[in-house]
Amino acid sequence: MADEKVIENYDPEVILEVRNLRKTFPLKKTITGKVTQELVAVDDVSFSLKAGETLGIVGESGCGKTTLGRAILKLHQPTGGRIIFEGQDITDFNSKQMREIRKKMQIIFQDPYSSLPPRDTVGGILSEPVEVHKIVPKHEVKSYVLDLMDKCGLRDYYFERYPHEFSGGQRQRICIARALSVNPKLVICDEPVSALDVSIQAQIINLLKKLQNEMGLTYVFISHDLSVVKYISDKIGVMYLGSMVEFGTKEDIFSRPLHPYTQALFSAIPHPDPDVKMNRIILKGDIPSPANPPKGCRFHTRCPHAMDICKEEAPEYKDYGNGHCAACHLL
Amino acid sequence: MEETKNKEELLEEVSSEIDDTDVPLDKNVRLMSPTRMVVRRFFRSKLSIVGLIMVVGLFIFSFLGPLFYTQWGEIELDESGKTEYSVSQAEYTVDGVKYSVRQTTEKYLKDNALAAPSSEHILGTDKEGYDIFVRLMYGGRISLTVSFIAVFLITALGVIMGGLAGFFGGVIDNIIMRICDILICLPGIPILLIISTILDASDIDKKYRIYLLMIYLTFISWPGTARLVRGQILSLREQEYMVAAEAMGYSTFRKIFKHLVPNVMPQLIVSMSLSLGSMILYEATLSYLNLGVKAPYAAWGTMINIISTDQDILQHYLNVWVPAGVCIVIAVLGFNFIGDGLRDALDPKARR
Repeated sequence: MADEKVIENYDPEVILEVRNLRKTFPLKKTITGKVTQELVAVDDVSFSLKAGETLGIVGESGCGKTTLGRAILKLHQPTGGRIIFEGQDITDFNSKQMREIRKKMQIIFQDPYSSLPPRDTVGGILSEPVEVHKIVPKHEVKSYVLDLMDKCGLRDYYFERYPHEFSGGQRQRICIARALSVNPKLVICDEPVSALDVSIQAQIINLLKKLQNEMGLTYVFISHDLSVVKYISDKIGVMYLGSMVEFGTKEDIFSRPLHPYTQALFSAIPHPDPDVKMNRIILKGDIPSPANPPKGCRFHTRCPHAMDICKEEAPEYKDYGNGHCAACHLL
Repeated sequence: MEETKNKEELLEEVSSEIDDTDVPLDKNVRLMSPTRMVVRRFFRSKLSIVGLIMVVGLFIFSFLGPLFYTQWGEIELDESGKTEYSVSQAEYTVDGVKYSVRQTTEKYLKDNALAAPSSEHILGTDKEGYDIFVRLMYGGRISLTVSFIAVFLITALGVIMGGLAGFFGGVIDNIIMRICDILICLPGIPILLIISTILDASDIDKKYRIYLLMIYLTFISWPGTARLVRGQILSLREQEYMVAAEAMGYSTFRKIFKHLVPNVMPQLIVSMSLSLGSMILYEATLSYLNLGVKAPYAAWGTMINIISTDQDILQHYLNVWVPAGVCIVIAVLGFNFIGDGLRDALDPKARR
C-alpha cells in the first residue's frame, strides 16, 4: 500500500499496538446531526502485545471490554487513537482493505448460540471463510476443514450437522474452528467461556491453549473471570469505566496490584475453602454511568483511598517499571 | 495467588483428558435439517395437503390437459351448425271466440353456439361456439403463468430493494422507503384503465397485453414485499452471527444474499404463496373488466365476463360461466391453504 503511514517507535516483535484508542457512541443528536450527548465506551486505552502472547482484559460488566475488542477488529470504527497491526496502521483502512486484514485477525464471541448462522451446516459454516479467502485450492477445502475440525475436537461426521444439534461447548468449538479457519495470527476471545458451565470452560480454555501452541496464535482474552484470565494470560489489563487503570505482566499484577480497583477486584476472587478468612475490599456504590462519567479520576466515587485531588484531576497513566502501568494519584 | 489455585488445578487435571470428556452425538442419531422439518410439518396438516392437491390438479389440468384432450383448440369454432327453433304464441278473442296462434321460427346458425354439455363438448360451448372445457384449460395456463411471473418479479424486486434498504439503512433506506410510500399511494385500478386504453390504441398483440399489465402490477406491488424484507433484515442484522460474518471479512453482497436473505425466506415463501392467490384474482378482475386477456383468447375472467352483457346466459346457461368461477375459487383457495400451511410449518415456535 503506497499511502501507508510511517509508524514511529515501532517494535517488530509487537503484533498489535493500540494507542490512545477511544470509542464513543452518540446518545442524542440534533436535527443537523450534531452529537450533543455521547457515551464514552472506551477512553484513551493504550497497550502493546507481542506475537504469541496472551493479553487478558478484565473488568466489570459495562466497562468497555467488549467494545475494546470489537474496536480493535474495527467492527466498531474507533472514534480516536490508532490501531497498529503488524506494523500497519489499520485505523483508517476502508472495508476492502479490512477484508484482507480479517484473514489475520479473528474473533470468538461470547454467545455460541447466536453467533452461528442457524440455516447452515457445520461444514458450510467452516468452508465458507476458507473459500472466500482462498486459503487452500478449491478441491482441498473439505479435507482442510476436516483437519481443522479434528484439531478443535470436532468429529468428522459433524460436517453435515446443523448448529442447533450441538451443546454450548461443542458450538463454541465450532466458533473457534471458524475463527481459526482463515489461519489468523491474532484472535480476540470475547468472553468465550462465560456462557458455558465450568467443566466445559476448562476444556475450551485448554483447547485454546493447545491451539495457541500449535499455531502460534496471539490472544486478546476478554473475561470477567479472574482465575480463567490468570490461567491463560501472559499480560493483564484491568479496565474500569472505559479506561485501562492497570496493565502489566500476570506476575506483576497478581503479586503487586497497584491500583486500588485492581486490589479490590483481586480481593473478591472466591476461595474454595470456607474457613479461609478473606480480606475483601468492599467497594461502595455502583459503577457510574458511562454516559455521565465522574470528573477527575473515574474511580474516585468508589475508591477507599479517594483524596481531594482525585475529584479534580484525572491521574496520569504511567509506567512503574517493567511495563507495569497504572493510573492513580496514590502512586 | 493461592485463591485461584483450586480452579487452576482443575484446569490442569482436565487438560490431560481434553476432547474426550465431551459427550459426542451418536453417529447414527440424526436430527433433521431445518428444511426437512418444515416439509414434515407441512405434510402433517390436512388443509395444506388439500391445497397442494388443488393447485397441482389445476396445473396438470391447464398445462397437460390440452396435450391429451385435442378434440378442440382454444380458438377453434364448432362449425357443425345448428338449427334453433323459437316459438312465439299469441292469444286473442274475436267475437267471444278465443283464438290461439302459435308461430315457430326456424333459424339456422353456422356455429354450434351455446350447446348443452354432451359427449362432444364436455361442458358445452359458449356464445361464439368455442368449447368451454378446452378454453378452461387454456385460460388456466394464462392465469397461472401470469400470476407466477408477477409474483416472481414482485418478490425479486422486493427482496433486492428491501435488502438494500434494511442492510444499509440511513439515506438509502430513506430513499427506498419513500419510493415505496409513493407507490402505495397510487390508485391501482384507475391507472390500469389508462394503461389499458393506451395499449388498445397501440397495436400490441392481444396475447401479450396481459403480460404488460402484470409488469405494471409488479411495479406497484413490490413495496409490500420490500417492507417485509426490510423489517426482517433490520432485526437479523443485529444478530451476532452477522457481526461474525463481518469479522470473517465477507463481502456486502455475500452478507446480504447468503446470510440475510435465506433467513427471510420463511416469511417470503408464505407471502409469495398468499400473493399468488391474490394475483390470480387480480388477473381475473382485469379480464372481467375487459382490460386483460381479450377475445378470442381465453382467460377465466374473460369467460365470466359474458354474464355482464347477456342476462340470458347468466340465468339459463350456467355451464358457460360457472366452471371458470369454480376454477378461480379453487386456485385462490388452494394457494391460500398452502400459504397457511407453510406459515404454520415454518413457525419455529411450533416444534413438531
